Amino acid sequence: MPTDSIMLTEFGKILIFMILSVVFVAIGLFAAKLIRPSRPTKEKSTIYECGEETVGSPYVKFNIRFYVVALIFIIFDVEVVLLFPWALAYKNFGVPGFLVGISFLIILVLGMAYEWRKGDLEWDRPRPNIPNLINDKAGFDK
Amino acid sequence: MELYDIIFYFFAAMILVSGFVVVGSKNIVYSAYSLLFVLVGIAAFYILLGADFLGVVQLMVYVGGILILLLFGIMLTNKVKGVEIKSDSNFVIPSLITIAVFTAFLLFVITETNWLEITPEFVQTTVKSLGIELIQNYSLVFEILAVVLLIALIGAATLARNDNKEN
Repeated sequence: MPTDSIMLTEFGKILIFMILSVVFVAIGLFAAKLIRPSRPTKEKSTIYECGEETVGSPYVKFNIRFYVVALIFIIFDVEVVLLFPWALAYKNFGVPGFLVGISFLIILVLGMAYEWRKGDLEWDRPRPNIPNLINDKAGFDK
Repeated sequence: MELYDIIFYFFAAMILVSGFVVVGSKNIVYSAYSLLFVLVGIAAFYILLGADFLGVVQLMVYVGGILILLLFGIMLTNKVKGVEIKSDSNFVIPSLITIAVFTAFLLFVITETNWLEITPEFVQTTVKSLGIELIQNYSLVFEILAVVLLIALIGAATLARNDNKEN
């Protein structure tokens, strides 16, 4: 096998896709920069937010519930990662192989049931953090 | 091995530059975004080493999970209005000493190790053989992993819930 064809594994193809996507965007932006006229006005260079005047800081405080959901997500993310090799191989072992994965899943479903029972998955206490827009706007009208 | 080296040095440069941004940037949001490139570069290293499963795990867990959690953490702790989120450089001299010692240690290990010279031969995906090993020889480890994950899940939920009550 010549050295160049060794590199073109499945990941080599992914790498080519990555490079192509970067090049594609770069060519588009560069061509647009060459062609378009550049006449910036104050109005044009303001931040675009769906046609509205932007209010407040872009760094909005998130609801704390998102964090809990993200924490739980990571655990199940790891679970999915561990199930991938099992899912590819369990057919070679028949029922015992299947049971190995099922007991893995049952143990984790216990955790899921615990979360459910304790109400960590509920979204029942929404406390929207509405920023004080009136005070923020004063600085923007200058 | 020409192409292999080019890819390796490309990702190494990416990791170094973004790593410097992570520690050097004043804005912690920029640091978190640069961490994305560091973690993606490390995933690429794993793949270049032939550890494809590890590379995908790195992408899924670190880039897809932990980095998002970090960004959530920044966005949760930031105040709605007011102070910019900044990070300062503290303890410059102690950290320089630590870096020097650690670098010396790493260089010592790198030069002293008898490296096995293996031509990177890309076999079929390692995921299936990993699964066979998990079921055949390490099924107990597999189940213990589930228990560890369960403990982590319950612990995380409990900690997050206690935090909530204080508010």
